[in-house]
Amino acid sequence: MFPVSGVPRFGLMIGFQPFSLKRSITKILAGKGLAGEVLARWYNPAWRNTAVQVLFVLVLAAILAILGWNLRANMLARNIPTDFSFWNDTAGFDINQTPIAYSPLSTYGRAFFVGLLNTLIVAAIALVLTTIIGVIVGIGRLAENRLVSLLAATYVEVLRNIPLLLQLLFWYNAILKPLPGPRQSLIMPLGAVLNNRGLFLPRPSFEAGAAGVAGALAIGLALAYLVWHFSILKPGWPRNLLILLLAVGPAIGFSLHMPPLALDFPILKGFNYAGGFRVSPEFVALLLGLSLYTAAFIAEIVRAGINSVPRGQSEAAASLGLPPGLTMRLIILPQALRVVIPPLTSQYLNLVKNSSLAVFIGYPDLVQVFTGTVLNQTGAAVQVILITMAVYLGLSLMISFAMNHLNRRMAFVER
Amino acid sequence: MLKSLIVAVLIGFSLMAGASAGTLDVVKGRGFLNCGSNPGLAGFGLPDDKGEWHGFDIDFCRAVAAAIFDDPTKVKFLPLSSKDRFTALQSGEIDLLSRNTSWTLSREVGQGFLFTGITYYDGQGFMVHRKLNVSSALELSGASICVQQGTTTELNLADFFRSNNLPYEPVTFATGDEALKAYETGRCDALTTDASGLYAQRAKLTNPADHVVLPEIISKEPLGPLVRQGDDQWFNLVRWVNFAMVNAEEDGVNSKNLEEKTKSESPEIKRLLGFEGNFGEGLGLTRDWIYRIIKHVGNYGEVFDRNLGDGSKLKIKRGINSLWTKGGLHYAPPVR
Ligand SMILES: N[C@@H](CCC(=O)N[C@@H](CS)C(=O)NCC(=O)O)C(=O)O
Repeated sequence: MFPVSGVPRFGLMIGFQPFSLKRSITKILAGKGLAGEVLARWYNPAWRNTAVQVLFVLVLAAILAILGWNLRANMLARNIPTDFSFWNDTAGFDINQTPIAYSPLSTYGRAFFVGLLNTLIVAAIALVLTTIIGVIVGIGRLAENRLVSLLAATYVEVLRNIPLLLQLLFWYNAILKPLPGPRQSLIMPLGAVLNNRGLFLPRPSFEAGAAGVAGALAIGLALAYLVWHFSILKPGWPRNLLILLLAVGPAIGFSLHMPPLALDFPILKGFNYAGGFRVSPEFVALLLGLSLYTAAFIAEIVRAGINSVPRGQSEAAASLGLPPGLTMRLIILPQALRVVIPPLTSQYLNLVKNSSLAVFIGYPDLVQVFTGTVLNQTGAAVQVILITMAVYLGLSLMISFAMNHLNRRMAFVER
Repeated sequence: MLKSLIVAVLIGFSLMAGASAGTLDVVKGRGFLNCGSNPGLAGFGLPDDKGEWHGFDIDFCRAVAAAIFDDPTKVKFLPLSSKDRFTALQSGEIDLLSRNTSWTLSREVGQGFLFTGITYYDGQGFMVHRKLNVSSALELSGASICVQQGTTTELNLADFFRSNNLPYEPVTFATGDEALKAYETGRCDALTTDASGLYAQRAKLTNPADHVVLPEIISKEPLGPLVRQGDDQWFNLVRWVNFAMVNAEEDGVNSKNLEEKTKSESPEIKRLLGFEGNFGEGLGLTRDWIYRIIKHVGNYGEVFDRNLGDGSKLKIKRGINSLWTKGGLHYAPPVR
């Protein structure tokens, strides 16, 4: 940036000449010396912009470095851990929903992943559910039918004006209160069981026969393909039926010999049902609360989107004889989508962040497990919060990225 | 999330601010003590409908304020959940944490605190509904158990079921009240926490008599106040407030006979009340610091009785919390 020669000149000026304000100013204005050169280039907007930005970043980095260094020194002085070594220490506590294997003997790091997965599971399902509900309610608000539009409007006004936390607590209790205890469980079709510990479903699991059946199926398919390809069967025979038999016959035969799947049924063992696949009341309450709440906002966004499509579009569709349902699906919604996506993205981000209220109803999400128990046990507050913030930032960026991508694909292609 | 963020930023800033003046000077300059306490545990810490705080842990903070300011009302209580209590102390939001907190090694070496002593010897227990017909915690195989996070309770629970090889389902909540509510709606078969807390929580249920506390005590929970490391003067002061109250009980000095005891000829009582020796000033206080504590708050026995014992709704027996002279564990070093 600066010619090297500028620096010693500046030094000499101070070192060997008696200082004179007037002379220095004249010199700077003439573009000589370091200060002079800076001044001279200052008139160049491109150079100036770059310089200011570089300076800004440097100052910011310096401030952060000083603060970080200071923070570390003070934490060390107070015997607070400053590193991430807790990550591999034994957690010692239990979690009641573990998508990956986990026990109190696992590490804090593994507890982090359990929490993260629990957050992802509930957020992913809620995103789909809330979109469906939101679109239905949004369209409902614009319905010709007064009752429908009134219902939709009531939904929006009630749900978006009550704090989410209250709604979560409401759903949690609304779900728990009416359900019977494990010993008086409601027995449902197909061996499912419902009580205040959750909904227990039979869980299919692969058995010893699974590999054999898969092999038999592959062989059958290959045989069937060959027979079909080389037209071995004479016309007049029930060809399709025979080929089908050839394809699945071996697999069926084998599975009769050795079953590929078993259903693990929930059974009452002592206090609770054991076995099967369990959906916990905490999960359902969180899912419902998040989806219904966010849907109220999405409904408004959808309504605004639909309203933004000029009336002429639906009138034109009607004059072509398109029924209202098809008009909505083929003409209105695709155009509304362009307006809807950006604000919809914010709602998706809100939903993901709001899922951290899980802790109040006992669902073990990332915040409950990691910034709750792990932070508390390790005392590594700064590290844990930094990691958690990075995770939420990462999730948000991923959603924004996906939605922006969708947005670009939806944008009007001018022809 | 937001709360954690604020706490993190607070710690960040307070830690960046660098070494501060001695806590005692800061407290004196401020004119009141910042004390972290439990907002929802009858007997230990609970504000009444006028916003006035009461409880065993509350009285300890009042005793510290009495020693410093000769005024037990010069305390500001900060309500803290189990989960947020340590960050509040780390960040300097409070000068002292007095919130049914168990003394453990990791809380001292891992988190930078020092416990100043044990004010209540406790242990973890279980509460179940009477109709379950359970008489021992060992019968809880497969049970769902409501527990509060950020506690030693959470860890002891895992240890207990692991070492007895029993399956169970923990349902973990951020506050004691949420755990209690879930227990009451039947989400859990049992509620677990410190035994003292179980009695307090049971009193909040619609039908306390329908619930039984099981006999097993599965852990040691030595509860006491704690301060940040690195300020010996403050640590000593808080530690000796506790010892002073225990010694006063041992010497038979209480808030009712205090005036009479000022005339006592016993050298021990003379030292206690500041007529002989000069101990208070060494702590950064006045000579009559114990006199002030007893006058405004009372001795250990009085505080126990008023909040937890016969003078309270909980009616907890002194048991191991008696003085050593009566077969209990409370034994304070002498004031001399
Ligand atoms: N002594 C244990 C447990 C302390 C604790 O949090 N106890 C519960 C139940 S006794 C409590 O204070 N709950 C009241 C609340 O947070 O609302 C520890 O230090 O970890």
